[in-house]
Amino acid sequence: MAKFIEKLGTVDRRVIFLLMALAVILPLAFRMNLPIPIEEGPSKDLYDAIEALPPGSRVLLSFDYDPSTMPELQPMAVALAQHLMTKDIKIVSMALWPMGVSLGNEALTMVGDSLGREEYVDWVNLGYKTGGGVLIVRMGSNIQTVFPNDYDGNPIADMPVMEGVNKLGDFDMIISLSAGDPGIPAWVMMAGDRFNIPIGGGCTAVSAPQFYPYLGTGQMVGLLGGLKGAADYETMVRLEEDDAAPGTATPGMAAQSVAHLVIMLFIIIGNIAYLSTKQKKGGLR
Amino acid sequence: MMKTLVVLSLLLTAGGALAQGGEGLIECFTAQDAPNDAGGGIDLVWTLSLDAVPPDSIVLERKDGDGGWHSIAALAPLSGRKTDNELENGVEYSYRLVPYYGGIAQEPSAEVSAVPGKQWIHSGRVGMLVILTLICIIIMYFIEQGKRGKELFIRRIAGLTAVEDAVGRATEMGRPVLYIPGIMDMDDIQTIASMVILGRVAARTAEYGSPLVVPTCRSVVMSVAQEVVKASYIQAGRPDAFIKENISYLTDDQFGYAAGVDGIMVRERPAAIFMLGTFYAESLILAETGRSVGAIQIAGTAMPSQIPFFVAACDYTLIGEELFAASAYLSKEPKLLGSLRGQDVAKLFFMVVITLGVIAATVGEAWEPAARVAEFLRTITNVE
Amino acid sequence: MRLAIPLTITFVAGMIMILQFFVPATQSLGESLQEWYMIVASFAIFLGAMNLITVHVHKIRFRAKNWKYSPVTIAGFAAMVLTGLFMGIETGRPFDFMFTTMMVPMGATMFSLLAFFVASAAFRAFRASNWRATLLLASAFIVMLGRVPIGSMIWNRIPLVSEWIMQVPNLAGQRAVMIGAAMGMVATSLRMIFGIERSYLGGTD
Repeated sequence: MAKFIEKLGTVDRRVIFLLMALAVILPLAFRMNLPIPIEEGPSKDLYDAIEALPPGSRVLLSFDYDPSTMPELQPMAVALAQHLMTKDIKIVSMALWPMGVSLGNEALTMVGDSLGREEYVDWVNLGYKTGGGVLIVRMGSNIQTVFPNDYDGNPIADMPVMEGVNKLGDFDMIISLSAGDPGIPAWVMMAGDRFNIPIGGGCTAVSAPQFYPYLGTGQMVGLLGGLKGAADYETMVRLEEDDAAPGTATPGMAAQSVAHLVIMLFIIIGNIAYLSTKQKKGGLR
Repeated sequence: MMKTLVVLSLLLTAGGALAQGGEGLIECFTAQDAPNDAGGGIDLVWTLSLDAVPPDSIVLERKDGDGGWHSIAALAPLSGRKTDNELENGVEYSYRLVPYYGGIAQEPSAEVSAVPGKQWIHSGRVGMLVILTLICIIIMYFIEQGKRGKELFIRRIAGLTAVEDAVGRATEMGRPVLYIPGIMDMDDIQTIASMVILGRVAARTAEYGSPLVVPTCRSVVMSVAQEVVKASYIQAGRPDAFIKENISYLTDDQFGYAAGVDGIMVRERPAAIFMLGTFYAESLILAETGRSVGAIQIAGTAMPSQIPFFVAACDYTLIGEELFAASAYLSKEPKLLGSLRGQDVAKLFFMVVITLGVIAATVGEAWEPAARVAEFLRTITNVE
Repeated sequence: MRLAIPLTITFVAGMIMILQFFVPATQSLGESLQEWYMIVASFAIFLGAMNLITVHVHKIRFRAKNWKYSPVTIAGFAAMVLTGLFMGIETGRPFDFMFTTMMVPMGATMFSLLAFFVASAAFRAFRASNWRATLLLASAFIVMLGRVPIGSMIWNRIPLVSEWIMQVPNLAGQRAVMIGAAMGMVATSLRMIFGIERSYLGGTD
């Protein structure tokens, strides 16, 4: 028995990989669904902050991620777009990451078409420009000098959605879906602190802990952290809108739940083996 | 008769509302130079009377040079503020508000004037300026102390002490040293700190004769890395051992880079891997692959979210500011040690301010003087 | 002398950026420098592309180690650049097709490796070797359960406890690391602006 426990502590990592793969695939294959309870927290704070915006408000949505983090952040983009467009809030989108533009366009086009929202009237995609924090500061004084045209090359000056929006301070909120740098910290420091604009965010689960200080000080109004944050938001949006399209984050929560349980199981097995070995060595002494 | 009286009262009320335009409607309207700007801006603030019937809209007008008025903005019929920009400094500008009821302009408000100008000190950042000056003085003082030869203690940092052992191990095993400077560009301070450490590591590999491989994620970083390594090899008297092709650019894409570096690890099987700089999600992929090839790994980053992964998967981890202390630690240069000491003293200052602030804010809930101290500390540390 | 010019540029640029933060009247200087930065950063993209081509052509020409992968790299690079430049990048074009069917799944696949590596790293490294490690392990379990719906199914307070861990001890630790790292950045930046730290330029005096 002792030898078996010791062997467990040195199990080949390929066994771990295999079990993890099964833990993720099986719940998705069997369409396992778990109820998503809505609790007070950063996800609800962001939802409430957007709910408080009156129709006709203008929100800047920045897609600061790339395809590798799409599984976590794209569901957030879709859910946010649904919420904003349903409330008749105008969306001006852009990206600080080059590949974020297409991903953002995909989300906005899909949601816009499903809700009958018109491009250039209800939303517009300004595209990508290099520069990160420097770009944000430049937008603080004049957006048109930074983005004279939108993603498709059309001048933004005469677009109805851009009416009255000349600089960052004209937005009612900025939301950054961020997978790294440039991302949320740049928006908080260069836009939120400088121009006093409410900042919301969405990020990968691994980055979420580092943004809690901004939530604590009120520099951010809310945060969607990882797939859980996306699933929370999808659930909250669906509660309000009966015909909202189902998201992709909610089904993923079952797989994530099982995966977490598998990891915890491995940690427990590893510790049992470790403590048994330690005890054995202690006994020999 | 009743009907006539009702119609008459309605007319009187409407007339009264119409007559409320301008002076009566707008309780307060001020214009002043926009603060803390480079000039050319005037802040306009107005408050509407709560007793008056709100208009359909309000038009903001500015007086021309020839004395005529022209509209510059249509505003919502609410109290509010607006900044008029791109004005000429030193020239007086006059404004008025014109309320509209049913599309008809009413009596405009009283005229207000202001002169835009530039400010030479940002009033919302004075506290930060004082703090920054204080920090600079502290750091410069200790640099001077270092230059004068004063003994400055620095505690042992295991990860940096292990650099020499790691390179030695690679030499014994006849395998290369792999140095990964993070995935960000040269404008990132961690990448710059990484380049500094690369210079020291390159000096060691030049001395011991181990190959040094440096795959980079940005082309500018590649250029800088080539210069840094070349300089180290020349200084170590081994210019012949410098191989430019070992310092290459892979790709800007985060996971493309991770895949490329993993490939290098699995093919070249380095004996020592240094991961120092800015890392994101690829940190664990790199660290686990490095572990699987049996390399000794020294990692360092100031990214709080990646530190746990490095701690779990690497032999040594430099946490946060230990990365920035590395250049001073490895070189033992007095000036650099002095700046490190100054940085620590500045940190001590902040710790005192935070402790004072927390106590003041907590006690201030019940005792007014403490609340004032907390408010003062908030004001000086706030940046607009 | 070789270092004098870059050091001077570093000093002047650093001082301008500090100055424009505190002196509003000099904001236009800072804005000009920021525009210069954006232009230079855009050119760096070309530098990277040129280097990529040069390195791989060199590998093919001299049949260097693993040279057979280089034509694949160059072909992929050419395919994306040429289709994007001459056929556009709108939805439905070849560039967009290659992006959505190749780049997106490949990027997501690499990111997905983390799930496996987290499991193997956790199994190997998370040991309750002393009371601090045990406390860390217990917190990790609570947070892992709190971040998925199963946590609230086990006990409805787990998400609350998990959120408390994130908002109190985690926040304190994150702040400490951030402040320490920020101090390190300030000191390093000052050293570079004043020319005390020069090794990043490739050598000392």
